[in-house]
Amino acid sequence: MSLKKILGRLLFLILVIWAASTITFFIPRLSPRNPIRERFAELARIGGFSPQDLETIVASYNTKFGLDKPLIQQYFDYIASIARFDLGVSLNKYPKTVIDLIMESLPWTITLLLVTTILSFVIGNLLGAVAAWPRAPGWLRSLATPFVLLMGVPPVLMGVLLLFFIGFRLKLLPLGSAYSTGLVPDWSSPAFIWDVIKHQIMPALALILGSVGGWVLSMRGMGVTIQGEDYVLFAEHKGLSGYVIFKDYYLRNALLPQVTGLALALGTVVTSNIVVESLFGLPGLGRVLSQAIQANDFLVIYGIVLFITIAVATLMVVVELLYPLLDPRIRQD
Amino acid sequence: MTTVAISQPDVLRPSRLVLVLRYLRRNQSLVVGLLVVLALAVFTIHGMLTIDPKNAYPLAAPPKLPPSAKYPFGTDFFGRDLYAAMVVGLWQTALIGIIAGAIGTLIGVFLGFTSAYFGGAIDAAIKGVCQILTPIPAFLIQVVIAGSIDKREVTIYTMAFIVVLLAWMNPTLVIRAQVLSMKERQFVSVAKLSGMGDLGIIFQEILPNLLPFIAAAFVGQVFSSMFASFYLAVLGLGPLREPLLGNTIWAAQSQGAFFNGWWWWPLEPAIAMVLILGSLALINMGLDELANPRIRRTE
Repeated sequence: MSLKKILGRLLFLILVIWAASTITFFIPRLSPRNPIRERFAELARIGGFSPQDLETIVASYNTKFGLDKPLIQQYFDYIASIARFDLGVSLNKYPKTVIDLIMESLPWTITLLLVTTILSFVIGNLLGAVAAWPRAPGWLRSLATPFVLLMGVPPVLMGVLLLFFIGFRLKLLPLGSAYSTGLVPDWSSPAFIWDVIKHQIMPALALILGSVGGWVLSMRGMGVTIQGEDYVLFAEHKGLSGYVIFKDYYLRNALLPQVTGLALALGTVVTSNIVVESLFGLPGLGRVLSQAIQANDFLVIYGIVLFITIAVATLMVVVELLYPLLDPRIRQD
Repeated sequence: MTTVAISQPDVLRPSRLVLVLRYLRRNQSLVVGLLVVLALAVFTIHGMLTIDPKNAYPLAAPPKLPPSAKYPFGTDFFGRDLYAAMVVGLWQTALIGIIAGAIGTLIGVFLGFTSAYFGGAIDAAIKGVCQILTPIPAFLIQVVIAGSIDKREVTIYTMAFIVVLLAWMNPTLVIRAQVLSMKERQFVSVAKLSGMGDLGIIFQEILPNLLPFIAAAFVGQVFSSMFASFYLAVLGLGPLREPLLGNTIWAAQSQGAFFNGWWWWPLEPAIAMVLILGSLALINMGLDELANPRIRRTE
């Protein structure tokens, strides 16, 4: 891939990040709400300090956060602070910064995200490829059907149904949260790790069942097209075994567009992940976000949104830049 | 020599209705989807006519009752009659989807036509904005917007507005692509050569041919708007007083419904939502087949 193309993608990435930060800067300021005043008015009701004190506090905070400067100055300061990865502080859990909160919860989110995305991508593509492969046995090909039927059910609803059938009726798995109440987090004890895994199975299952069908469908469509290609016919006539043809001639070529599809689906995948986390009360970004929504902790809401947007856009560009490693044809130009 | 009158055998021409029915027999996903939507509509309309909408709001019934003869869907922690809440919730959820879907599709049709038909700088600008906004997960921006609005002021119309703000890019790009291919067809050239104006060509030549695509885009848009508003409500960003399906699930989860054994409370809205989204997905697949003759199966 030429340097020019790489620079072009990086410029595009910067444009996307700029657009996202501009939106998260201006939308809240269009609204008549003043988060700092609301927050301290709430504290004033509980703590009972006088309205004069409230005004002084609000004014001092406005100075501290630079909210008394002209809007355009605030905007440039904001963009500059984002460039330094500074997303501000939590109003609710002061003095923790937004980045602190994100870093605490990120390992949970990334683990769940990686495991479910990889599993559903692998399972979905294998099932889809087999479903389109005429020489596969019938029972194997029909395995894909139930997943396609489940495609209309978003992961959150799948989560509620699993909670009812597996958690509530059959009592096989716990009903939510990261680990059993009363357990002390200790990552060296196998019992604790097993407890955590048990709590992760249902959310993971909800995410996987909700997304496998999409991969099955697009892979089956790809597979049908590729079977008609000359090189597959040629491989058959060379007398290669069915397994080799399936693996090297058929699957590898059909997978290429699926990788692009994965990059495009990232936004949806992350979104479902976050909502499922908040449904199951897992301590990932989703719960931090929903707690911030409950507590009107604005800077945390905007910070998490911006962080995820930047992460998703960056990953998309990275996948695009790695694509030539998978497809030698693109390396040429 | 005698002439023999050969009676002309009657050519069996099936009536229009038979043709439509035959098509529907082939396009089963459309039929199943439409039937489920119809059933949900009957449930909602029948409910709206028979219930008192006040029962969908807190303190209308004794709290936490499982489904029984008097309360067929049970009641929740706050004392809503869940049957009434389901009826009103289905209605409101559908309303958000239809309003946001219709506005999104209209914007998409307008921008898509402008972009593709006139080309040049306008096209580059519209396409560029769509491309920059597409990688940003729309849902997250909707979270920012919904979070900036005072929760007491959120209504279902605000919800529809929040959803539609970031839901016009997809129909714009779809319609743009269709118009681009359509305007190169011969009948458009003929119309141009015969001196038809731009508006005439758009409204009389291109638009009628795009109607199936616009219908499919509309259904897709209703689907994604319901989806988006549902996700916002599940995170607690909906109009908290209203019994929207997503709100009910959020309320049930935050009161620990499954921990406390109130299984019917989150389960009912979840099933209703599965039925709505599933049937819309089926209708969308069916309309795709109707709009795109290449994948139309032969009898």
